[in-house]
Amino acid sequence: MLRLPFFTYLEPKSLADALRMKADAGPDAMFVAGGTDLYPNMKRRHQEPKTVISLMGIPELRRVESTTLGACLTLSELTARPPDRLTAAVSTAARLVSTPLLRNMGTLGGNLCLDTRCNYYNQTYEWRKSIDFCMKKDGHICWVAPSSPRCWAVSSSDVAPVMVAIGAEYRLLGPQGERVVPAGRFYHNDGINYLTKQPDEILVDVRIPKPNGWDAVYHKLRRRGSFDFPVLGVAVWIQWNRKTVADARIVLGGVASYPQEVPEAGTALRGGALSDESIAAAAEEAYRPSKPMDNTDFDLSWRKQMTRVYVSRALQQLRDRRTTPGLDV
Amino acid sequence: MADKRRVIGKALRKVDAAAKVTGATKFADDLAFPRMLFCKLLRSTQPHARIVSIDTSAAAKLDGVQAVLVGQDLPIPFGILPVSQDEHALCIDKARFIGDPVAAVAALTEEAATAATDLIRVDYEPLKSIASAEEAVEHPEPRIHDYGDRGNFHKLIDLEFGDANAGIAEGDMVREDLFFFEGSTHLPMEQHAAVAMWSPDQKLTLWTSTQTPHYVHRALAKVLELPAARIRVIATPNGGGFGGKSDPFNHEIAVAKLAMITGRPVKITLTREEVFYCHRGRHPTLMWVRTGVKKDGAITGMHFRSLLDGGAYGSYGVASTYYTGALQTVTYHIPCYHFQGARAFTNKAPCGPKRGHGTPQPRFALEVHIDKIAEQLGIDPAELRLKTLVPANSLTANYLRVGSMGLGKCIAKVVEGSGWKQKFRKLPRGRGVGLACSSYISGAGLPIYWNNMPHSGVQLKCDRGGGVTVFCGSTEIGQGSDSILAYIVAEVLGIDPFDIAVVTGDTDLTPVDLGSYSSRVTLMSGNAALQAAERARQILAVHAAKKLEIPVDRLSFAERRVYDAKDPKRGMSFAEAVQSAEAAEGTIGTVGSYTPPMSAGKYRGAGVGPSPAYSYSACVAAVDVDPETGIVRVPTIWIAHDVGRSINSAAVIGQVEGSIYMGLGEALMEEMAYRGNRNVVHKIPSLLEYKSPTTLEMCDVITYLVEDPDPNGPFGAKEVGQGPLLPVMPAVANAVYDAVGVRIDEVPITPEKVLKALRKKQKGEPGRHGPESFPDIPWPEPMRVPTPWEGGDGKAVSPGRPAITAERPH
Ligand SMILES: Cc1cc2nc3c(=O)[nH]c(=O)nc-3n(C[C@H](O)[C@H](O)[C@H](O)COP(=O)(O)OP(=O)(O)OC[C@H]3O[C@@H](n4cnc5c(N)ncnc54)[C@H](O)[C@@H]3O)c2cc1C
Ligand code: SF4
Repeated sequence: MLRLPFFTYLEPKSLADALRMKADAGPDAMFVAGGTDLYPNMKRRHQEPKTVISLMGIPELRRVESTTLGACLTLSELTARPPDRLTAAVSTAARLVSTPLLRNMGTLGGNLCLDTRCNYYNQTYEWRKSIDFCMKKDGHICWVAPSSPRCWAVSSSDVAPVMVAIGAEYRLLGPQGERVVPAGRFYHNDGINYLTKQPDEILVDVRIPKPNGWDAVYHKLRRRGSFDFPVLGVAVWIQWNRKTVADARIVLGGVASYPQEVPEAGTALRGGALSDESIAAAAEEAYRPSKPMDNTDFDLSWRKQMTRVYVSRALQQLRDRRTTPGLDV
Repeated sequence: MADKRRVIGKALRKVDAAAKVTGATKFADDLAFPRMLFCKLLRSTQPHARIVSIDTSAAAKLDGVQAVLVGQDLPIPFGILPVSQDEHALCIDKARFIGDPVAAVAALTEEAATAATDLIRVDYEPLKSIASAEEAVEHPEPRIHDYGDRGNFHKLIDLEFGDANAGIAEGDMVREDLFFFEGSTHLPMEQHAAVAMWSPDQKLTLWTSTQTPHYVHRALAKVLELPAARIRVIATPNGGGFGGKSDPFNHEIAVAKLAMITGRPVKITLTREEVFYCHRGRHPTLMWVRTGVKKDGAITGMHFRSLLDGGAYGSYGVASTYYTGALQTVTYHIPCYHFQGARAFTNKAPCGPKRGHGTPQPRFALEVHIDKIAEQLGIDPAELRLKTLVPANSLTANYLRVGSMGLGKCIAKVVEGSGWKQKFRKLPRGRGVGLACSSYISGAGLPIYWNNMPHSGVQLKCDRGGGVTVFCGSTEIGQGSDSILAYIVAEVLGIDPFDIAVVTGDTDLTPVDLGSYSSRVTLMSGNAALQAAERARQILAVHAAKKLEIPVDRLSFAERRVYDAKDPKRGMSFAEAVQSAEAAEGTIGTVGSYTPPMSAGKYRGAGVGPSPAYSYSACVAAVDVDPETGIVRVPTIWIAHDVGRSINSAAVIGQVEGSIYMGLGEALMEEMAYRGNRNVVHKIPSLLEYKSPTTLEMCDVITYLVEDPDPNGPFGAKEVGQGPLLPVMPAVANAVYDAVGVRIDEVPITPEKVLKALRKKQKGEPGRHGPESFPDIPWPEPMRVPTPWEGGDGKAVSPGRPAITAERPH
């Protein structure tokens, strides 16, 4: 059997306690929420904290207010919320994460802080020994791009691209106090340093922008609808001005080490209606910089081609929703 | 047996169902004993390397470590087939794939054992590795094994039945196609586990999740140099096998040796990754086929070639290779047939028998090939097949004796049920239907090692309280073999199947049954049980008749009673019947055994293919293909299966649905993928990344059972565990063609391949994805066997001698 290593497990009851415990335990400690990402990683020795500090007993992290979602809400709780346009794309993305069992344990915060993935990395210690490890853990080179100085592990969160697209804000609390970061600036395009968050900062909650005529959708590509990670996620946000697109953001998940916004694709839509032509133009713009690497399921050229199809389909959905009577935001 | 059947054919609960669903069943990993140690294997991190030295000193000193083994401690080789004794429990001088075990540790905890394996230093001298069968053909050196037919060929076969070239030339049309079938693994939910115990009286007991306790017993005796009489192998209930637990395994031998050294029980439970390394799954197979056909679809001759990627060891591979050429002949009449098969060694986990053993690959090729022929001839593929069926009770060109043959009825059922005539070539673009058929053996005609003893034995004990115990070496792997024994005995003795105690898979307690493979158990152990039960009934009947003062042939056995069929009130309980027999004769026990009929073929290689009975299936798959993405969805499969006679109709349907499920995975996504340019690592040895459908990806299945009893089966029963898997892959491929007009001559049929083929078609190139060539292989001189209609007697004529010439009927 693949076993967890021994570690110390702490259960703070307040944010202050959690920060203190982290300060005491130092860099060998990590926070955990649902553990659906961290524990498998520990079994495979990718992440090797000696102390694990659970955030699940901190009431403040489980709070929901109209547009603020606590980081420790489980994905099931997110999807069980009554449907509202504001968080519809968020709950769609949450519902598309893995299986009901995983969603009962996995949290919003854990999803937004998910470790990047690569099928040279998400392997046991024994397996990785056979390739003499890789840059992300215990080794020196990147097997996906051996001449590259960086790691190309893939941002595989379903909810993160939506947060970036809709312009959500993350509230972080650390030893230095509180700060609020736009979702788009929370992520780095680097498989190893994929978050701008410091290891001792806690993600407290996420603020969704107020409704003022925007709409968003999320489309996910994966092998099996039952539980796979995305090999492509497409989050699209549109600020409507009557029938025209006042502003738009298109963010791709699963193709880079961060949720990748493609500004050119948004530009292609701005100022016009969502016509077949503008949709095709935006899809083309999104297709160009989409550069999946050979480190997930499916072959990379097909994944790249799917960017075009999935962006088009997401935009068509937004258009259909706009033109369906009674659904005005 | 004049009585109406009370058990056979009914949808009864399985005898082990309650224990399984309540979690009471004890699998190998559930076993725990006082003072038990835990074993871990250190596995090779090199795909192909000489082992220069192994230093275990640091591991041996680690706290909690009780023993460390290396290859030299177990120098005797083993292997499932007598001709391929090429495995060692732990590699001695060479490692042949990443995952090949090199050392074993027993420690007080699993953590300590794991930590100790990490302290073992192995000095490897890497050798050139071989990542595919094509590479093996190209590189005879370095040889992965120093035995085998030549270079890196493990086996080369060339068999010709009649003059195939002449036959093909008689066709109005000759068609040639190339196909590739990717390797896949069994994916049983239960990971292999084993516990060994060495008793103070120098006896070894091994509990293990195996499908073949008898073969494990033999391998242990050989490698450990113990008398078989001192070894007891108990097959624990398997949480799925599908062929993946049919070989004797290195971990079984390692824990046995560690138990002998330490005098303590030793347990091993493999990780999921290690199960991928045990493998023995589907051989990746490249195939070439050339067929001559008359305008009406009659086949005039066929030439079939296969190249199998065997992985690092022999396993069942020689048999698998023969199987890629054996069963082509039992569905559609092929008057002359040439088969050439090659199995190559490569530096990957060893391939072996997976559900369908060696036949799904050629069946895929054949059924897609026939679909193309039908289209070229402008004949409906269902019609074409119906016209060329092998007749019941006939002999094929390669001397397989076909008994009952329900394929025609199967085709008719699915054609009608699926609305084939209204759908085929008539659905809107993106939707399609495809048809394919298949056949499979109900047990092999010959045992794995040469002997002339029965293939299955049953002992039956009647208790004076009315209970009956059935002892049989067969192994319950979830397929229901324990239940089959109970149902058959219950039917004959007129008692409730749940009154029967079933003791199976224990080499101390049960007579030999060769194992749960080749779909042999229902037919073979079923016949043995039938014989034992009938003998018991005879004994009981004599004494009951005496007591009731009626002739023996008026007795009925039913409802736990033995009574006068003419006057049912006149009778006694089953228990009383046992008591009167026991009073007169002493303890009541009987035996039964089964040996399959002699096979008709006498040539070398004729051992693979013959079976007491062949099952048949026909299948129609419906698909939805998204032309923008190439994604294929299968909403519904209609399948008809000729099972001869169902012993339990619910269990039969369960096997059909399970087969469809597994076939769907092979058709659409499963791949044993390796990275040839990255040290030949297995790309995805995990349940998350090795893509296999879940229940949510499963299609609707509409099953029709065709019951055409076969005289060789118990109550007429034939197999169902494997056959229904075979037509799924070609049916899906044919349906994809019907939906979007592209041929995917390769499984799995992934969206990438479909989209590539669609793009090619748009550009005016052939809309096809599949292999482009078959390598040159140094085939041996063909072994020529005149066909039955050439006056052949099943023997080969020695090469060089002219074959007998005679009229070839169609
Ligand atoms: C089989 C399987 C399939 C999966 N499929 C998907 C999928 O399809 N899509 C997808 O997006 N994910 C998937 N996941 C990943 C994971 O289950 C989810 O992303 C889940 O939401 C993670 O949340 P968690 O609370 O379990 O995270 P944890 O494992 O508890 O934490 C993950 C990381 O985030 C950090 N962290 C967690 N909460 C906080 C916080 N509040 N502040 C600071 N740091 C924090 C932890 O330190 C850790 O590094 C899958 C996982 C598995 C095992
Ligand atoms: S992208 Fe390269 S460095 Fe990063 S995890 Fe994969 S192989 Fe390792």
